[in-house]
Amino acid sequence: MAELPVDSQSIIKHFGPHLAFPEGKRLDAGVEADRTVKTHCCFCGQQCGIQLNVKDNQVIGFEPWTEFPFNRGMLCPKGVRRYLQSAHPDRLTTAIRRDPNAEGGFSPLPYEQAIRESAAAIQRIQSQHGNDAMAVLTGASLTTEKTYLMGKFARLGLKTANIDYNGRLCMVSAAAGNKKAFGIDRSTNPMSDMLGAEVVWISGANVAECAPITTSYVWQAREQGAKVIVVDPRITPIARTCDLYLPIKPGRDVALFNGILNLMIENDWLDHDFIENHTVGFEQVAEHVRAWTPARTAEVTGIAERSIRQAAQWWGEASTSYLLHARGMEHHSHGVQNVLGSINIVLASGRIGKPNCAYGTLTGQANGQGGREHGQKCDQLPGARDISNPEHRAYIASVWGVSPDDLPAAGVDAYEIFRKIDQGEIRGLLSICFNPKVSLPDNSFVTRCLEKLDFYVAIDFFLNETARHADIVLPGSLQEEDEGVVTQLEGRVIKINPAVEPPGEARQDWRIIQDLARALGRTHGLTFDSPRAIFEELRVASKGGVADYSGITWEKVEQNYGVFWPCPSEAPDGTPIDHPGTPRLFQPGSWNPVAKGAGPFYFPDGKARFNVSTYSPPAEDVDEAFPIILTTGRVISQFLSGTQTRRIGPLVDQYPEPRLEMHPRLAEQLGIADGDWATAESRRGSCTLRAQVVSTIRPDTVFIPYHWAGAKSANQLTIAAQDPISKIPEYKVCAVRVIKAAGPPEYALELESQQ
Amino acid sequence: MPVPAHLEFFIDPNRCIGCQACVHACSECDTHKGVSMIQLDTLQRSHSTQTVPVVCMHCDSPTCAEVCPADAIKKTADGVVQTASKPRCIACNNCVLACPFGIPKMKDERALMMKCDLCYDRTSVGKKPMCATVCPSGALTYGTREEIQRLRPRSRPLNQFRFGRQNINTKVNMMVPRDAPLERLDVTANMNESDQPATVRIAIMDESIKVSNWTGSDIQ
Repeated sequence: MAELPVDSQSIIKHFGPHLAFPEGKRLDAGVEADRTVKTHCCFCGQQCGIQLNVKDNQVIGFEPWTEFPFNRGMLCPKGVRRYLQSAHPDRLTTAIRRDPNAEGGFSPLPYEQAIRESAAAIQRIQSQHGNDAMAVLTGASLTTEKTYLMGKFARLGLKTANIDYNGRLCMVSAAAGNKKAFGIDRSTNPMSDMLGAEVVWISGANVAECAPITTSYVWQAREQGAKVIVVDPRITPIARTCDLYLPIKPGRDVALFNGILNLMIENDWLDHDFIENHTVGFEQVAEHVRAWTPARTAEVTGIAERSIRQAAQWWGEASTSYLLHARGMEHHSHGVQNVLGSINIVLASGRIGKPNCAYGTLTGQANGQGGREHGQKCDQLPGARDISNPEHRAYIASVWGVSPDDLPAAGVDAYEIFRKIDQGEIRGLLSICFNPKVSLPDNSFVTRCLEKLDFYVAIDFFLNETARHADIVLPGSLQEEDEGVVTQLEGRVIKINPAVEPPGEARQDWRIIQDLARALGRTHGLTFDSPRAIFEELRVASKGGVADYSGITWEKVEQNYGVFWPCPSEAPDGTPIDHPGTPRLFQPGSWNPVAKGAGPFYFPDGKARFNVSTYSPPAEDVDEAFPIILTTGRVISQFLSGTQTRRIGPLVDQYPEPRLEMHPRLAEQLGIADGDWATAESRRGSCTLRAQVVSTIRPDTVFIPYHWAGAKSANQLTIAAQDPISKIPEYKVCAVRVIKAAGPPEYALELESQQ
Repeated sequence: MPVPAHLEFFIDPNRCIGCQACVHACSECDTHKGVSMIQLDTLQRSHSTQTVPVVCMHCDSPTCAEVCPADAIKKTADGVVQTASKPRCIACNNCVLACPFGIPKMKDERALMMKCDLCYDRTSVGKKPMCATVCPSGALTYGTREEIQRLRPRSRPLNQFRFGRQNINTKVNMMVPRDAPLERLDVTANMNESDQPATVRIAIMDESIKVSNWTGSDIQ
């Protein structure tokens, strides 16, 4: 029974989101910090270095950390204000239990009792419906140690196949494309390699708002002569001063890349030597893109033909380049095709594996990279190993001290987990670091599924919108209350350091998971006494895998401001080495455990793969009834589903509520003026927001940022269509109609902006 | 110690992404916690995402100090125009009205004018100002003139301004495009017979600004 215990207004009243502002010793200028802790931001995948000022077990402010090389003291507003999540009035400091008689819908219960009751409910479900009837949803904001533990706990502790993570909403298209083309899933070069590149190509990446510090690299590259090409349906701040802006129609990226490759071939802007010696599959791709003439490309992408030709020429004639992409072209039912299309133009240019020649994706979450490497994905084991590969299973089983037969098979992706809940196959859920009621598409379906669960236990530090459906919520830890490593967008493994202790009965997530294992009587391999002990085992488990961390120690990470994986502990001949890490992948002559010296790419022949990248229209294209494209994304002051940032006052003040962004030409047709209430409606739901009329978006497209919940959630409208390979949802395109609203929606009178 | 003379402040609006990291970080500074001394101007959001961070320009002859009847605004020997002195400020608003850059702000609840003091507590001990430390795009930078000339060849620092008959030299520099071809508005550009893109209608200082005035002509 996982319906809301009381109405959501009552839950909000007790558990928030409420806003925290600087006050008390956080506002008093005379207060000296007890200590300053060097660590990293808790939000996006750049993982900026920051120092937290601590007084009396409370984070009271920050000081820039100018020595950390990636950001050199730079921060975005989220980094500056992140300290306000600590000691927050909404913080869960005890376990709580669903209680329809309690005013806020939940009443506290002792931690040990909460663990016992959760374990009993899990056992009940698994004995009645089988082990796979229990599912686990995790997240990529967890440290790598925790992601490793979650994968191990699901497979050994719960013995379920059904674990997946919120990176399914984030990095999986890039990961799948990278593995198909390179055999390894990581950005190829450090960001500093952008400085000196002749062309910087940015596709579907709102760099300034989603990876703000990366902006400084783009601008500096431009100062040093780079031409910056931005492909986006909106003139984002990074597009404002680019050299060439391509206003692509959402969902058409692969068509653009195919058109560009066609022009590269036509004009012989190719690196024949590289294609011949280091790749396979060029001929089939060349044959495929021949149909993508500039005229057809222009017609499909909605970009002027002259601009396409200009982009192809700059890209084709360059001798160095950096191609970056992000969710804008990955959140599609053909997201992997978009990624493969972009890699094809990189491989055809031969500009990879060298200084200033790079390809990379901007990771969305803190551990967007590391969180997808060590076994919390449904089809994966540590070291980026494949759970269906008998050799990989045998190795991990040996590290874990079990038989390979004891390891479950591959499970299903995060959205499929909800479909299985809907069908009654999955009856119980454990979630951590995931707020699918806000973040998954078509979220009224998600709500319906949550209501069907027999038992749901959530681990979180705040009661997020999904956890409101839980039977029991266990009070977990904030990033600054634990330690471990994460891997940021460059592939650099860095160290998160603890600043404060969890308050009250809250405790570190890895303790909670192991307490559950103990109560289940399944402690084998789940008795670590510290995150360091988990990391030491992770090193062994990753050894010999593609994502090899075996040569990394916490000390080495701190001494070197991070270590880039792969970092093996042994040379190819088995002699121990002190490996410096691998900032740049695919360098000529480099060795890897798959090619074993045959070449720099991670396939047995050492060669990269061209993949035919096929264009198909979005799963739901516009039609007469729903004539406008809806695309979704972020704003700079909010992060993901807003569980943290919708509780930080100054960030909420900066952009209080989502707005429906539209071009004046469209607004005029609809009779909508800037600031008017307008309703966007799809086949799945509707959402009434204030209109923001700007000429910085295509007239055939509207945009809504997705960080808000309930009636303000963009994901009421989005479609649950998924890429067949990566299973990423199509957040970036669905069909809507928009009308001027008669007046303000109900929520405008009842709720504060962040609620 | 005085603020080192070789370190200068540079504002580069071309780089600004409107993120407000500077605004947030400024209000975290110890000397004026909870109040930001920096302002982010959005020029015209309906047509562009262009924003400009505005800090005190620290004039050689500060108009704010010249018009202050209570002598509450001091300029230190290292060229920093300090915020109003609490015991002296009479909250008369003269400085607020007179400053050609619109910097001083009257904080009514404190009956005090407050403004950017170049993070004197930080810059006078060799650190960078808070805003220029955190700015993620380099729109606010603190460093040497040599560094800025080496790293930003596309633009040049400017610290002389003219307001009517008033010439002002400032300690803070504004980066302006080095090559600024002035395209003047021609009536034909706006006439029906023109096949020119609409961007030409606007006098531009820099090629890059064309992008910001995109009006849909690049769409097919």
